[in-house]
Amino acid sequence: MTDAEFVRAYDIVGADFTNAGRASTGIKETLKNMGLASALIRRVAIAAYEAEMNMVMYARRGTMTLHVTPNDVTIDVRDEGPGIPDITLAMQEGYSTATPEMREMGFGAGMGLPNIRRNTDEMVITSEVNQGTAIVMTVHVS
Amino acid sequence: MAEAHYHSIRFDSSACHGCMACMRVCPTQAVRIRCGHATMLEDRCIDCGECIKVCTRNAVVPLTASPAGLGHFDYTVAVPSPALYTQFDLNVTPGTIHQALRNSGFDAAASLSWSCGAVTHAIDLFLAEYRGPGPLISSFCPSVVRLVQIKYPELVDQLLPVLSPREVAAREAKRQASVETGLPPDRIHAVYMTPCPAKMVSIVDHPGMDASYIDSAVGISDLFPLLAPVIREVQTSGLHVPETETAAGLGWAFSISLPSTLPAEHTMSVWGLPNVLRILDDIDKGKLQRYTFIECHACFEGCVSGALTVENPYVARARALRLQQSLPKRDPVDRADMRARHERGEFRTTVPFAVRPPRPLGGDIVTAITRMQERDRVAARLPGIDCGACGSPTCATFAEDVVTGEVDLAQCVVLRQGQLEEQLARLAAAGVPASREQRARRSGDDGH
Repeated sequence: MTDAEFVRAYDIVGADFTNAGRASTGIKETLKNMGLASALIRRVAIAAYEAEMNMVMYARRGTMTLHVTPNDVTIDVRDEGPGIPDITLAMQEGYSTATPEMREMGFGAGMGLPNIRRNTDEMVITSEVNQGTAIVMTVHVS
Repeated sequence: MAEAHYHSIRFDSSACHGCMACMRVCPTQAVRIRCGHATMLEDRCIDCGECIKVCTRNAVVPLTASPAGLGHFDYTVAVPSPALYTQFDLNVTPGTIHQALRNSGFDAAASLSWSCGAVTHAIDLFLAEYRGPGPLISSFCPSVVRLVQIKYPELVDQLLPVLSPREVAAREAKRQASVETGLPPDRIHAVYMTPCPAKMVSIVDHPGMDASYIDSAVGISDLFPLLAPVIREVQTSGLHVPETETAAGLGWAFSISLPSTLPAEHTMSVWGLPNVLRILDDIDKGKLQRYTFIECHACFEGCVSGALTVENPYVARARALRLQQSLPKRDPVDRADMRARHERGEFRTTVPFAVRPPRPLGGDIVTAITRMQERDRVAARLPGIDCGACGSPTCATFAEDVVTGEVDLAQCVVLRQGQLEEQLARLAAAGVPASREQRARRSGDDGH
């Protein structure tokens, strides 16, 4: 095949609810502009949005890096934050550590990480308590 | 689905002097200034008419029908927009306007009250049976429909598949005229009195329908100077005019009259395209699913602030509210009749809403990757101040325009200025004396 790859990074600031969602909107617009199938874009956009909101709600700061190759769309998410002590538990639907304030804003249903898994073909999550969390999520183009 | 994009707006390059007002206001970034004149990106324009509202040189021309050309048909029905009723003094009732339309050569004027009331019931009956993804998005504003088709292709199935009051009114008026005159419905011409150019697009494009029941549209701003003197004649004649309209229809001039059975906490009303864009973004992200129905209007005050209205939209809205108080409050429709029509599918759209994604940066994925890389390289060199002097609305759109070859990078005046200063610095280093002005700028004083 070819080694063509498009890469773009987005910075995320923790607790910045005014700009929350901009990175995933930017990723969605970029993929549309590249002419990818809309069903694929929607899956990527939902997964990206969940990951972005997790960082805004829990982390101090983070980055989302979009990689597009002819075969895959990958988003590499890395944050500096509290980390996840028990990933297996966090991956369960309905499990959430959201505060009442977060729930007030419509988050905290415990669907964030499960939603990422459901909408991606590959998802690798690693975390270290008090350091941060990394998620690499991939959706195959074809 | 890749049919050519019809538009009801045209830029007149002889009147346009490239001031950028339309480019800056365009909510879908569909305007570029090229060679000193505004041009349209046809795959992005949603015909909302914001450009018409801001142009001071009448260089944005709506392609509506001329009121003078409507006399050639066997039978012509006027289909007023509820916004038409709000354009005249408060003592001008809908009945007076209908009489003035008949005196002006229309054979009949359709009742919008009945069709507005009917569509409210149709929404109620549809929602009671709907089990698909939510929320549903109102489909009566053609600019909102086109925005969804272009920018939110995943949401087209959430556009409400119920016909608009204007289409229902035109169909009913044609049926009635056909019965009364014996003419076949296709010999009867229905003219919509439109507050905006977008309704013209919905006639030609007929999203959700095999064909529109409306045949042409006349802008309220074109009709107003002709109708105003006839209205005065009707008023001074002392003729008793029947009032066919009810309060139900007037509200539609700025909002959709939602069924009273729909809990208020499950609905939302959004006015103005920047707000509509934000809400559609949220729906696209899978949010707002607890809402059943979201009504969206491209214009900030609804149809009374359409680009082809003449009255201040706030005055018009106040008049609509006052007229509502003076008109009968009764429900203009018969419930049993509504249910029968609903079961026959009379209020349903007949074809799915199509998607119309704009042309992407590259045809295949490898080209798209290369062009997107190039776009980011160009964007990194741009100042990011969105001055618009290049003729593209933002630095980001300019970077795309450069990559697609629409425009040359040298069109960026800020970049050019920087290059010029570098050249001058090189010349100075080579011993060429700088001008007084350049010396002044470098030393930081203003030269006085």
